[in-house]
Amino acid sequence: MNALRIFGAGWLMNMKSMLRSSLFVFTSLVEPLIMTTIAFYTVKAGGRQETLFYFAIGAGVMGIWSSTLFGSGGAISWQRWEGTLELLVASPPPLIVIVVPLTVATASIGIYSLTATLLWGRFVFGIPFHLAHPILFVVGLPIAIVAMGLLGLLIASTFVLYREANALSNMLEFPIALVTGLLFATSILPDWMRPLGWVLAPTWAVRVIREGALGGNPLFEIAMCVLLGCAYLVLASYFLRVLEVRARAKATLALA
Amino acid sequence: MTYPARVFFLGGLLSYRALFNWLTPWILVPTFLVAPIFQILLFAYIGRSANLESDEFYVIGNALQYTSLPCLFAMANMLGDERWSQTLGILLSSPASRLALFLGRSLPVILNGALVGAFGFVAGSLILDVHVPASAFAPLALVIVVTAVSCTGLGLVNGAIGLRVRESAVSSNIVFGLLLVLCGVNVPLDELPSWMETIGRALPLTHGIEAARELADGARLADVGGLIATEAAIGLVWAVIGCTLLRFLEVEARRRATLESS
Repeated sequence: MNALRIFGAGWLMNMKSMLRSSLFVFTSLVEPLIMTTIAFYTVKAGGRQETLFYFAIGAGVMGIWSSTLFGSGGAISWQRWEGTLELLVASPPPLIVIVVPLTVATASIGIYSLTATLLWGRFVFGIPFHLAHPILFVVGLPIAIVAMGLLGLLIASTFVLYREANALSNMLEFPIALVTGLLFATSILPDWMRPLGWVLAPTWAVRVIREGALGGNPLFEIAMCVLLGCAYLVLASYFLRVLEVRARAKATLALA
Repeated sequence: MTYPARVFFLGGLLSYRALFNWLTPWILVPTFLVAPIFQILLFAYIGRSANLESDEFYVIGNALQYTSLPCLFAMANMLGDERWSQTLGILLSSPASRLALFLGRSLPVILNGALVGAFGFVAGSLILDVHVPASAFAPLALVIVVTAVSCTGLGLVNGAIGLRVRESAVSSNIVFGLLLVLCGVNVPLDELPSWMETIGRALPLTHGIEAARELADGARLADVGGLIATEAAIGLVWAVIGCTLLRFLEVEARRRATLESS
C-alpha cells in the first residue's frame, strides 16, 4: 500500500515539476511536430500518401520515447543537482519504488506528444484520423507507455554511477528510433539489426498503437510490452541495488 | 598582443574550454560524434522507406546540418554559463570590446562545427557506402567550413536571445529543429511549400547543402562559387544581426536590471 502511495505521489509531483520546464515541454511537444512535418513532406514527395497516418503515429510514439529518454536521463541527475539524491537513497523505501514514478511520469507526458502529433497531422496536413479498434487502442496505449517508462527506468538505473547521463540519453534517441522502426518498417533494416529491436519496448509499443489505429490484432504486441516491462523492472531493481551500494561504498553518490 | 586580440583569442579559448563541461569525453563523444551518425542513418532509412532520395542526399544534408549543433548551442551556452557561474555581470561591465568578446568566442565554435560536420560526412559515407569523387574532398571541406561560419552567425542571434531568456537550450533546440525542416536537409526544397522554401533560403545551411550536393555529384568548385558566396553572405548578415542584438539586449538588461535574473 505504501509503495502504491509513493508511486501515486511521486508520479503526480514529477508530472507537475516537469510540466513547468520549458525544455521538457519543448521535447515532448515541439520535437514530434518537427518530426511529423519532415515525415509528411518526405512521404508526400515520395508519392506514398496512403502511409501518412502510419508515419504520424510513429512520430507521436517517437515523442513519447524522447520524453521518456530525456526524463530518464535526468531522473537521477536532477536529484543529484538538487542535492536530494542522498535523502532519497537514505529514506526507508527501496530506491526503485522512488525512481519508478519518475520514469513513468516522463513517459506519461509523452501522451502530449502523441496527441499533439495526431492533432497537428489532422488539422495542418489533413491526415485522416480513424481508429480501427478504439477499445484495443485505449487499452494498449497505457500499456505501451508504461513499458517504455520501464525501459526508461532500466536506463536510469545504470545512471546512478554516471554524472553525464543526460548526454548519453540524448544520444540514445535516434539509435533506438532506428532499430525499433518507429518511422519505417523494420523489414528494410539489415538482418543483424532487427533482433536488437525485439528486446526494446518501443518496437512493440508502436505496433500496439498502429494496429489499434490502423487495424490488425495487437494482442501479441501487448503481451510483449507486458513481458518486456516486467523484465526491465527486475533488471532495473537489481542494477539499482548493486549500483546504489557501490556508490555509497565509494562515497560517490553525490559526485559520481 | 593588443587588448582586443587578447580578448579575442585568449578569451575565446578559455570560454570554449569551459563550455559543455568538456573536461570529460563522456559528453563530447556522444554529442558530437555518435549522434550525427544516427541522425544520418535514421533519415536515410526514412528516405529509403519513402523512396525519395539517395543515401548521399541524406548523408550530406544531415552531416552539414550537424555543423549547426555546436554553433547554436555553444553560442547560447556562452552567455548562459556566464550567468550560471555569476560572471556575466563582471564580463559585461568590463571595458573589453564587445566585438572581440563575442567574435572571439565564436572562432573555436566554428572549428568545432566544421569538425563535427566533416566527421559526420566521412562516417556516414563509409557506413552507407556513399561514393564521392576524391577531387570533391577539398571543395567539400571548404563548404563545410563556410557553413559552420554561417551557422555561427545564426548562433550569435541565438546567443543574444540567451541574454533575454533563461533556458537558452529551448531556443537552441527550436532553431536546430527549424533548420532540419526548412533547409532542404531531408526534404528537397522544391517539395516544401513556397513560404517554407523562402524562409529556408534566408537561413544558413541551405546554400551550403546545395553546394555540397552538387560537388558530390561532380561539379567543380567554380560551378558552386555562387552558392558558397551566398552561404557566406547569409552568415555575415546573421552575424551582424546577432552582434547588434547582443549589444541592444545588453543595454536593455542593464537598464532593466535583469542581467542576472532574466
